[in-house]
Amino acid sequence: MAVTSAADRVLDYDEAVAKFDPVMGLEVHVELHTATKMFCGCPTTFGAEPNSQVCPVCLGLPGALPVVNEKAVESAVRIGLALNCEIAEWCRFARKNYFYPDMPKNFQTSQYDEPIAFNGYLDVEVEDGSGGTEIFRVEIERAHMEEDTGKSLHVGGSTGRIHGAEYSLVDYNRAGIPLIEIVTKPIVGAGERAPEVAKAYVSALRDLLRALDVSDVKMEQGSMRCDANVSLRVRAGDDPRGDAQLAVPFGTRTETKNVNSLRSVERAVRYEMSRQAAILDEGGTILQETRHWHEDTGMTTSGRVKSDADDYRYFPEPDLVPVAPTRETVDELRGTLPEPPGLRRKRLQSEWGFSDLEMRDVVNARAVELIEETVAAGAGAAAAKKWWLGEPSRRANAEGQDLVSYAAGLGFAPAHVAELDRLVTSGRLNDSMARQVLDGVLAGEGTPTEVADARGLELVQDDSALEAAVDRVIDANPDIAEKIRGGKVQAAGALIGQVMKEMKGQADAGKVRALILARLS
Amino acid sequence: MSSLSREDVAHLAGLARIDLSDAELDKMVGELAVILESVAKVQQAPIADVAPMSHPMPLTNVTRPDVVRPGLTPDEALSGAPEQELGRFAVPRILDED
Repeated sequence: MAVTSAADRVLDYDEAVAKFDPVMGLEVHVELHTATKMFCGCPTTFGAEPNSQVCPVCLGLPGALPVVNEKAVESAVRIGLALNCEIAEWCRFARKNYFYPDMPKNFQTSQYDEPIAFNGYLDVEVEDGSGGTEIFRVEIERAHMEEDTGKSLHVGGSTGRIHGAEYSLVDYNRAGIPLIEIVTKPIVGAGERAPEVAKAYVSALRDLLRALDVSDVKMEQGSMRCDANVSLRVRAGDDPRGDAQLAVPFGTRTETKNVNSLRSVERAVRYEMSRQAAILDEGGTILQETRHWHEDTGMTTSGRVKSDADDYRYFPEPDLVPVAPTRETVDELRGTLPEPPGLRRKRLQSEWGFSDLEMRDVVNARAVELIEETVAAGAGAAAAKKWWLGEPSRRANAEGQDLVSYAAGLGFAPAHVAELDRLVTSGRLNDSMARQVLDGVLAGEGTPTEVADARGLELVQDDSALEAAVDRVIDANPDIAEKIRGGKVQAAGALIGQVMKEMKGQADAGKVRALILARLS
Repeated sequence: MSSLSREDVAHLAGLARIDLSDAELDKMVGELAVILESVAKVQQAPIADVAPMSHPMPLTNVTRPDVVRPGLTPDEALSGAPEQELGRFAVPRILDED
């Protein structure tokens, strides 16, 4: 564990990007949500009792032999195809040797120089600096299959147990869960937008993996993790994508680990750029090392000096035969790919008639699927957007949750919103009553209809009560009534207000107005 | 084949987490050199016409369906552990890594 030293000096970000050009490499590990582990039949349920999902294979007991999970290979191929990669016709697993207690075998089964997928790209959307968006293409180097490690719980010496020695407690439930590691080629040309591009890439990748339904992609639970390699080189010319800049050799890079939220990806890259710029600006050199990201302080600290690939003594895994997806299998899997999330958004935006700004709000609120389902349940798109981005969104934010989890936690479903919309369009509720009903539904009082019934919320449909109220109000205000008779129609407003008051708000104001004008014409 | 230096052996010992004294290091440099020399004879084999091979059987795509199979209980899993605590394997902490 690195000791957190005094804060490193950082250069102001604007100054940093004025002097240096960033190059990034992003490595994303994603846990597949297969039912079983990569090489054995142990379950992969998150949060199970420690060491309850283990067997001789994932514990590395002598004589145990691994067998590859067919579904994991399929998922790896689908991920590769969705990232526009070539799929290897033949590839092997390799042993990555290192002694660390999180891997009981003393090696991680991974892939080395023969990844299952390689040479792809992912187009991500970034702001173009003038209010619109543009596509930034991130080239993919490779996506390979490997296995996750166990989880260590470090027990500090201060507790005084085991003669005050520090030790670790290891749970191997996670050891052997299928992982896909997706590695970009060096990302150049992003310039000052590098942190934004990094975040947009991880976000687009997460959307893609979610659409593929291959992983839970929960960064907060660690089922998707990002390591960010960052280096700087001197600026050359005004255009980060210009020939002069591209000709400058890369600087020494650092790898920041433990970056586990979209916001952190952006912050970590930004911090590391400012930190390296301060060192280079003073004529110093960057040490090639692993750095740890600290969410609380927004800084990185030095970790171990990175091992060379040689130190891992990779060699082909003798216990597993090569994987050779036939071209027929690959084509079949290509047929199972979902519509790419970016295109899907464009299609939905056009179907719903939303502006770019409206669609961005919807995407940022993570409401795309919710609105889609609400529309499918019969609501209008505008109404669906209005209800989801209103009170539920505000409350989810206040609770620090995303809208999807918040709604799921309450059992608040798209069908409820569609029902609420129906109650409004059918004329049973006006807008303010619908808001009260929504409050009740969010408070767990039942479906919109049940809440409306229980709270007695209903626009008066029986016109006799309304007509009587109109008559009473006209009788009580002869002066105003006379003005309206004389043609001053705008004076009706005062009477409408009084009628609404008499009806305790449960009347349609337009109808009240029509009735008053009819009586006084 | 270049000979093994003392630094090489110290580095390898570090990777393997083996603590060697200076005397042991000196001894290992000599012994490993002999072993390397013997193994290097393999490189004299006439392999110009032989394709590289990592697996003796011409098999590919040996997989299993993604179906849960019974494993060990926590007690069984921990039965061989020298130390355990809170249902977990207790191991010496390795410093300077995380």
